[in-house]
Amino acid sequence: MSLFSNTSVLLGKELRTEFRSRELLTTTVVFILMVVVLFSFTFDPTREESRRFGPGLLWMAFLFAASLMLQPGFLREQTNDTLSALRLSVSDPFAIFLSKLCANTLFLLITELLLLPIFAVLYNVPLLGVVPQLALVLFLGSLGLSVTGTTLSAISAQARMRELLLPLLLLPLLTPLLIASTEATAALFAENPALRWDWLAFLIAFDVIFLTAVWLFGEYLLEE
Amino acid sequence: MVTSPEARRVGLRFENIDKRYGGLYALRRVSLEISPGECVAFAGRNGSGKTTLLRIAAQLVNPSAGKLTFSPAQTGASPATKNTGFVAHATMVYDELTAEENLLLFARLLGIPEPAKRVESLLRDVGLFERRDSLVRTFSRGMRQRVAIARALLHEPSVLLLDEPSTGLDPQGANWLAETLWRLHGAGSTILMSLHGESEISALATRGIRLDAGTVVADTQNGANLRSILTFASA
Repeated sequence: MSLFSNTSVLLGKELRTEFRSRELLTTTVVFILMVVVLFSFTFDPTREESRRFGPGLLWMAFLFAASLMLQPGFLREQTNDTLSALRLSVSDPFAIFLSKLCANTLFLLITELLLLPIFAVLYNVPLLGVVPQLALVLFLGSLGLSVTGTTLSAISAQARMRELLLPLLLLPLLTPLLIASTEATAALFAENPALRWDWLAFLIAFDVIFLTAVWLFGEYLLEE
Repeated sequence: MVTSPEARRVGLRFENIDKRYGGLYALRRVSLEISPGECVAFAGRNGSGKTTLLRIAAQLVNPSAGKLTFSPAQTGASPATKNTGFVAHATMVYDELTAEENLLLFARLLGIPEPAKRVESLLRDVGLFERRDSLVRTFSRGMRQRVAIARALLHEPSVLLLDEPSTGLDPQGANWLAETLWRLHGAGSTILMSLHGESEISALATRGIRLDAGTVVADTQNGANLRSILTFASA
C-alpha cells in the first residue's frame, strides 16, 4: 500500500468519526462565532476600523479555534491504543500524520468558511471582490497552523500536562505565520485590495519547511 | 489465506534487552532466542515486564539497550508491519466505528485482497456478524476483545503477540481463540503470549518463560515445569 492510499483510507476514517460525533466542528464553530460576535457588539467598529483590526481579530480567532481543534487529534488515538494498531498496519507511518494533517486543515477551512460571511456582515467588510485571493491566504495560513499544530499535538499527546503543553509550544512557533497571514489578509481588506506576494511567499516557505521537517522526522513523533 | 508453513516461519532473537522508564527498569538484560513456529507463554506477576517485552517484539517500543532481530531478517521501513499481529490490554479499535468499519479500515491499511470478504468471514468466526453494524462503544468487554482479536488476525500474521488474550472472553470465545491459535500454530506462525494461569490457550504453549522484575527467572520446554510456571503466575 502506498503512502497515498494509506493516507486516503485514514482520512476517510478521520472524516467519518468527526462527522459522526461532530465534536470538534461544533465546539470550534460555536467558540469562534462567540469571539467574532462579542467583539462586534463591544466595539461596534466602523468600516475603516474593521479594515484595520479585522484581519488580526480573524486570525486570532482562527488560532484559538485551531488550538481547540488540534488538541484531541492524537489524544483520541490513545484512548484504546489505536495509534499502535495503526503503526502496525501502515507501510509508511507518515500516512498517519498526513491523514490527520489533511483532516485538521479541512476542518479548519470549514470553520473559516462558516465564519467569513458572518464576519463580513457584522464588521461591514466587503469580501466578495477578493474571494479567490482570500481563499488562497486562508488555505496557506490554515495549512501552516495545521502542520505545526498536528506535529505538536503528536508530541504533547504523550506528555504529562499535555493540555498546557500544546498552546505553550504552539503560540511562539506560530507567531511568524500569524504575522504573515494577518498582513496578507489586511492587504486584501484595504480600500484598494492587493495580493501581497511577499507575505504569500513567506507562508509558502513556512508550510514547505515544516512539512518537509515532519516528513523527514515524523516517524519519531509517533514512537512511544 | 494461510500460506505454507515454511513461508511463514519467523524467529525472534532478543539480545541483552534493557528497557528503562526513567530510573525504573521494566526489563533488564533479557536474552531469548525464539525459534520459528514456537509458541511461548510468558508468565509473571503484574509489572514483571511481560507487556513491555511483547511491545518490544511488536516494535512499538524501542529497547533502551540491546537488540531485537528477526530471522529471516525483515526488510523495509517498518519491519513489523504486515508480519505481526498484536492483541494488547487495550482493544486497539475505534469505539466510534462499527465492528465492520474497524476491521475494514485495518484490512485496507494492511492491503488485504478482497477486504470485505475477509472481514465478513472473520466477523462470522468471532460471532459478531449479526452485530457488525453496531458501534464498538455499545459492545461488552468480551465483544470488544473479539473485535480486537479479529483485527490482529486479519492478515494471518507470521508472528502473533497476545497480551492476556482471553481477558473478557466467555468460554465459547476462549474455545474459538484456542482453536484459531492451534490452526495458526499448525500453519507455522510464531506465537508469543502472556498468560495468567492455565486455560484452553495455555495448552498450546510449547515453552514457558517466567519473568520477575524484568528478568527471565525460568525458561522451560518441559510439560510439567511449564504448567508449574503458569500456575505460579496465577497464585
